[in-house]
Amino acid sequence: MKKFTQVTGIVAPMDRANIDTDMIIPKQFLKSIKRTGFGKNLFDELRYLDEGQPDQDCEGRPLNNDFVLNQARYEGSTVLLARQNFGCGSSREHAPWALEDYGFRCVIAPSFADIFYNNCFKNGILPVILDEKIVDKLFVELFDNEGYELTIDLESQCVKTTTGEIIPFEVDAFRKHCLVNGLDDIGVTLENTDSIKAFESKHKETSPWLFGAIA
Amino acid sequence: MAGKTLYDKLWDAHLVKQREDGSALIYIDRQLLHEVTSPQAFEGLRIAGRKPWRIDANLATPDHNVPTTDRSSGVEGIEDPVSRIQVKTLDDNCDEFGITEFKMLDERQGIVHVVGPEQGATLPGMTVVCGDSHTSTHGAFGALAHGIGTSEVEHVLATQCLVQKKMKNMLVKVNGKAGKGISGKDIVLAIIGKLGTAGGTGYALEFGGQAIRDLSMDGRMTVCNMAIEAGARVGMIAVDDTTINYVQGRTYAPKGEDWSNAVTAWKDLHSDGDAVFDNVIELDAADIKPQVTWGTSPEMVVSIDDTVPNPDNHSDPIVKEGINRALEYMGLKADAPMTSIKLDRVFIGSCTNSRIEDLRLAAEVVKGRKVADTLKQALVVPGSGLIKRQAEEEGLDVIFTDAGLEWREAGCSMCLAMNADKLGQGEHCASTSNRNFEGRQGFGGRTHLVSPAMAAAAAIAGHFVDAREYLS
Repeated sequence: MKKFTQVTGIVAPMDRANIDTDMIIPKQFLKSIKRTGFGKNLFDELRYLDEGQPDQDCEGRPLNNDFVLNQARYEGSTVLLARQNFGCGSSREHAPWALEDYGFRCVIAPSFADIFYNNCFKNGILPVILDEKIVDKLFVELFDNEGYELTIDLESQCVKTTTGEIIPFEVDAFRKHCLVNGLDDIGVTLENTDSIKAFESKHKETSPWLFGAIA
Repeated sequence: MAGKTLYDKLWDAHLVKQREDGSALIYIDRQLLHEVTSPQAFEGLRIAGRKPWRIDANLATPDHNVPTTDRSSGVEGIEDPVSRIQVKTLDDNCDEFGITEFKMLDERQGIVHVVGPEQGATLPGMTVVCGDSHTSTHGAFGALAHGIGTSEVEHVLATQCLVQKKMKNMLVKVNGKAGKGISGKDIVLAIIGKLGTAGGTGYALEFGGQAIRDLSMDGRMTVCNMAIEAGARVGMIAVDDTTINYVQGRTYAPKGEDWSNAVTAWKDLHSDGDAVFDNVIELDAADIKPQVTWGTSPEMVVSIDDTVPNPDNHSDPIVKEGINRALEYMGLKADAPMTSIKLDRVFIGSCTNSRIEDLRLAAEVVKGRKVADTLKQALVVPGSGLIKRQAEEEGLDVIFTDAGLEWREAGCSMCLAMNADKLGQGEHCASTSNRNFEGRQGFGGRTHLVSPAMAAAAAIAGHFVDAREYLS
């Protein structure tokens, strides 16, 4: 997994509450058996005017010029500023895969849906929760300043504005540890193989019906 | 010391290791697999040279991409080449790793969340995961069940564990008796309307109260299925005789001495009388009328005798903007009566409402009647091949086809339109599924979530109508 220590980049606004995972990556693209290549279909139904198809070349598709990511000022953005309950809906990890493949490394919002939040950490994306009032303020600054950038420093757990403002955020210690070091968390879990085996044999003793029924 | 909630008990019984930072390793008893969220997980195992930790903990079936029409040519007959590859990849992965799979032509194939309980692969007291957010369904059995992403599918395959942080406890109590013709779907939509689409975020929900206890297992599964639409990954209901009677005799359920020991253990799967919840919300079942969503989030729901909301009645600019946007997408006018919404298609199916009782209710409504001729299509898609057979044995298929509804093969179908069943742009659909997001059932499609009885009544009337008028 890609490490995340500090990211500085252009911020794109997603000024709408309850952005769901169907919106982030529509279902027809979930038919892929790969983990990569979803970036061109990120926000497909908002970004293009026609209905996208898997394996389609997106060059030449009619663009929705009103959509933020089609505007020149947000080109190359790596940070997404969003509203509450970002990533609600399905568990599809294709949502963070699409964000990451497009180039986003961080999403800032007042709240996230649980499964999406968790999926981000598995894919080198940092979801940052900030107070709604602060998010409101960042939206204002972003709309007022073309080329608006933020620095997200995971190690010191803060967002830095170009004017020098420092906004702290909370993150779970274990998730931070994995992301900062780019750790494969299966490998980390397997360091506990003895504990898992010990639990499993005790579990089998007390609830034998949970084992072996499906051959 | 205060007693434990059901969630506390299930958590404690599966705790492998508690870390100082608050995260914990939780043991997973059952993983259900389908074709959409598993290929990258199996590929990850292969790349890392890992093997599944415990083969017998897994059960697989293809559901999202499978056609619901003629299947006589098998997987090769799936027209969309991308869908075909995905279904074949599941078959190949299960064959390679030795995982039991009900393949497309197996009568036991169906939607994972229908198949697991039907086979007794979902049992009380289990931890159940699946790469699908509607895994909360299995909480109806007093199990700890939630959806996970593909990285976690791989993590469970490789380690039989998940890294978790304990959630908070919320009790959703539906007091009193529900009125006649009010189903689990109406109850859960009313709950989501009250709680909001993010109200359950960070919580494990337990549904309780008389109206929940009165539900059959099919009704309870509908309620728990939609916990995620209130933001909660986990929805649960305590074990009682209804649960135990449902499980008894199922293929993978314990037998003999194991059965009696299991039942003894399962009787403790309820929250203690003195358990403390972080949050409690209560509803009065008698107030719940048939529910219909009008917007693009499941929380945008009203009763059938209500009108479409008016943004001018709200002061919060984000809420106002949300309503305006939803009205525009849905092509609806504020203050219009819900009964004035005309429909193009009707879909009865999905992991929310494709079980035998759902089909019986829908059949009761359409029996001896005809689908409105303004409708382009009305689909009935059973949740599994076994439910399909049972419905046919009961003659429900004939009732549906006589009334002008199409009777299909089992799968997810038009709930998310990954197969050929989808809405056209601008079409309104009365759907028994779980999400009314933009484009969910097809590009530009407009979804209204309802109960099976309400969908069936809408099919007959051509617009929304109170289904209770059609029930004897």
